Amino acid sequence: MVQHKLLPRQYLILGLVSLCAPLGDSCLARGMTTMPAISLAHPGALIAAVFTPWIAAGIALLIGFFASYLTALSWADLTFVLPATAFGNVIVALISRFWLHETISLERWAGIVLITLGVGFVAQGPALTERPSPETAEPQLEEPVATEAQTR
Amino acid sequence: MTIPATPLTLTTNPWTAAAMIAAIVLASTAGEVLTAAAMKSIGDLDVIRARSGLTGAIRAVLTCPLFFAGVFFLAIAFFSLLFALNHLNLSLVAPASASLTLVTNAVAGKIFLKENVDRRRWVSAGLVCIGVYLLAH
Repeated sequence: MVQHKLLPRQYLILGLVSLCAPLGDSCLARGMTTMPAISLAHPGALIAAVFTPWIAAGIALLIGFFASYLTALSWADLTFVLPATAFGNVIVALISRFWLHETISLERWAGIVLITLGVGFVAQGPALTERPSPETAEPQLEEPVATEAQTR
Repeated sequence: MTIPATPLTLTTNPWTAAAMIAAIVLASTAGEVLTAAAMKSIGDLDVIRARSGLTGAIRAVLTCPLFFAGVFFLAIAFFSLLFALNHLNLSLVAPASASLTLVTNAVAGKIFLKENVDRRRWVSAGLVCIGVYLLAH
């Protein structure tokens, strides 16, 4: 594995992934808990839920998340992107503590510390698994065929 | 001021709750692995965008069949999440699905995407997994 240093722009993309996902999920939760119970017998109600304001805002944030997430996956491993972007949970908890003045229990502070450690730990490592490039891989695959052709 | 304790589930028995969370985790893992495979096959989107513009980058993504397979499973995960949130408390669904998905993705990433999930990544996934559970529970 080779160290793949991330550019500031790539850190910004990871930040967008981190923020948009928990904020979008929170909007969805707010929207769904205010709706009457939906049963499997009436799945159409789930589609109707999409057009309510909180769910729509949640979906808009999740579209932003998805675009950033796809970009991140194009230059980093899935097993790097997922832990690295978990820091968004910490940001939401800190917003709820210092902006909304909610109480954070000792258990939650422990969670914040563990996530921060996990993110810091994975961010120190390489972002991408090194694979042989097509230019170097092709001759290796074609070599036996070429040798066979030469013997004929 | 003390806040009265709320039940973990609104109306559902534990087995149904577990099935709902399992559906989210499985669909989400399948979707994320397929999407990651699609993006790796497409290449660096920043490079594509620099070469062919935003339209070229969007075209590259939208012409990849693997991407649509991933989106299909992510859509199933999304509607499973909506359904679960309608029956279970967020304090149960969010930590359980988020932390379990981290672990299943690490396993699936190693098996299907052949990613080098070294000790550093296992430890990170474990720390974040426990952290998310503690934070959201």
